[in-house]
Amino acid sequence: MARAKSDTASNGLPRERLLEFLGEMLVIRRFEEQVEERFRAGELAGFLHVCIGQEAVAVGVCRALGDGDVMGSTHRAHGHMLANGTPPREMMAELYGKVEGCSRGYGGSMHLYDVKRGAMGANAVVGGGLPLAVGAALAFQLRRESRVSLAFFGDGATNIGTFHESMNLAQLWRLPVVFVCENNRWSESTPQSQHQPISDLTHRAEAFGMQALHVDGQDVEAVHLAARDALAYARGGQGPVFLLCETERLTGHYVGDAQAYRDKEELRRLRETRDPIRLLRERIEASEQEWKRLDARSRQVADEAVAFAKAGADPRPEAALENVYTEG
Amino acid sequence: MAELTYVQAISQALVEELRRDERVFVIGQDVGMFGGAFKVTKGLQEEFGEWRVIDAPLSEVAIVGGAIGAALVGLRPIAEIQFADFVSIAWDQLTTVAAKQHYRAGTPVPLVVRLPSGGGFSGGPFHSQSPESSFAHVPGLKIACPATPADAKGLLVSALADPNPVLYFEHKHLYRRIKGEVPDGRFAVPFGKARIHREGSDATVVTWGAMVHTAAEAAEIVAADGISAEILDLRTLAPWDREAVLGSVAKTSKLLVLHEDVRTGGFGAEIAATVAEEAFESLDAPITRIAAPDTPVPFSPPLERRFIPQVEDVARGLRELAAY
Repeated sequence: MARAKSDTASNGLPRERLLEFLGEMLVIRRFEEQVEERFRAGELAGFLHVCIGQEAVAVGVCRALGDGDVMGSTHRAHGHMLANGTPPREMMAELYGKVEGCSRGYGGSMHLYDVKRGAMGANAVVGGGLPLAVGAALAFQLRRESRVSLAFFGDGATNIGTFHESMNLAQLWRLPVVFVCENNRWSESTPQSQHQPISDLTHRAEAFGMQALHVDGQDVEAVHLAARDALAYARGGQGPVFLLCETERLTGHYVGDAQAYRDKEELRRLRETRDPIRLLRERIEASEQEWKRLDARSRQVADEAVAFAKAGADPRPEAALENVYTEG
Repeated sequence: MAELTYVQAISQALVEELRRDERVFVIGQDVGMFGGAFKVTKGLQEEFGEWRVIDAPLSEVAIVGGAIGAALVGLRPIAEIQFADFVSIAWDQLTTVAAKQHYRAGTPVPLVVRLPSGGGFSGGPFHSQSPESSFAHVPGLKIACPATPADAKGLLVSALADPNPVLYFEHKHLYRRIKGEVPDGRFAVPFGKARIHREGSDATVVTWGAMVHTAAEAAEIVAADGISAEILDLRTLAPWDREAVLGSVAKTSKLLVLHEDVRTGGFGAEIAATVAEEAFESLDAPITRIAAPDTPVPFSPPLERRFIPQVEDVARGLRELAAY
């Protein structure tokens, strides 16, 4: 399989589809902005990691998943979950700790689940979700099912043992897994140059003899086309694929992170030149009317999610003692 | 009924479950042609093929994490960790992912991890540990520690039928040392039901795994002195049978807790604390704890004998309790 390039204009997606993607990315953006705002207002508890700047990876990849495929996410999971189809209101209700939340208030931002929609869970121990993706793919292969398992993780996770064990096993057994690396070049506050000796992470896939695709993660079309190819390849029984998306974290590691470690001027420049929403809007030359419509809708979805969450029910305190084990 | 060794009973359960349920598969290092480090899976790959009895590379995290992933989508994996000591590498997958899955996601994890544990033949510090107490501290996991061939089979059948992650500690020193009657066909030994290994009236010994047999030898010795010890084999630590322990203590009024794991923070402390809280009035003597000292497991035979509780240690403990 050839390496996909970012400029896949030759067999690109119809404008209508890209406009749809723009709308979906905007929903994630507005959702995340609400998360930041509601956190600052003191309404949300815990630790929150928004994916502002990484929406194109979430939408481009998740919109390529087929029925029955499963997906595992990270501590920065909101975008993946929303793009995979979990309703924003269920997500927001979880962040508010309500029983209407997708993890019924047991999980919160870093432990989001939506098993019926194929979301096997955010795993906030970095790299912890990769072996699960491999195991699910093993099950699909053993049962001769035409399903693919996909795992998101970041550049930081490629340093941990789970990554290497999972990549090794997946390639050894030619399992239907797509490993999606979102390289935002930050492992919390540590820049990539200080946490790994290479910058081109496709070398890590090559070390296992695994197919690698390398795309600009700010280009939703390139991401989507590459994800489609990767999923088809894995589904075809040819083995796993490492899909490397170069992306940008346009906010702090967590909501409230002052980013003292980061060059403010550089960050400002990235926001202007590497915002995936802005890039797509310009590229498809969305009209003012189109933009306003999508923007208004996304704001409405995010507002409605907050209203739903606030109106949700608090769990009974005694529920803390339940559900530790599966009965029966 | 057939008389089987402990290892034969485990193997038999594996074969029968693999035949019965196509969702069951075995995964681990050298479990295929080689038959596993202790030959528990010998001959299984021949019968079931290399995709039901899967030889995995050295990858404890991926083996356990992969088994969890397969369980999440409906299979019934049995992961073998070659020595229980090595499970520390997969600690995160078991305690963070598997143990908390149902609580946060509401989905079952029908996983069994087989863990050859325990010392007694100079395995040295990394090949002799009994880490069950560490896992008993983690809500969401179930823990089985069979002491007899019949329980080895019946508890493994229960473990496989359980929708929760189960750690099945099989004691290496029992594999070929212990023989016993095992009922024919499929039978399940329920979790959380202790077994009276020996009835008695003067003191209760609560233990599990290989220590059941140490306790039995000690009970035999002190019986000559007219001391009647009751031995309660817990069989499972999570859940554990509080009622059986409290019931036996109510009868004997004296408790000796015995385990091969080290003393501090060992599961024996939980049992002692529970009895002190709930049956203080029944006790006629302080609770005695006999456990390994707080050291790594040493290699040299005289050192290892000092480490693992011996028959004479238990006999002495019983005599002191009886005399109190």
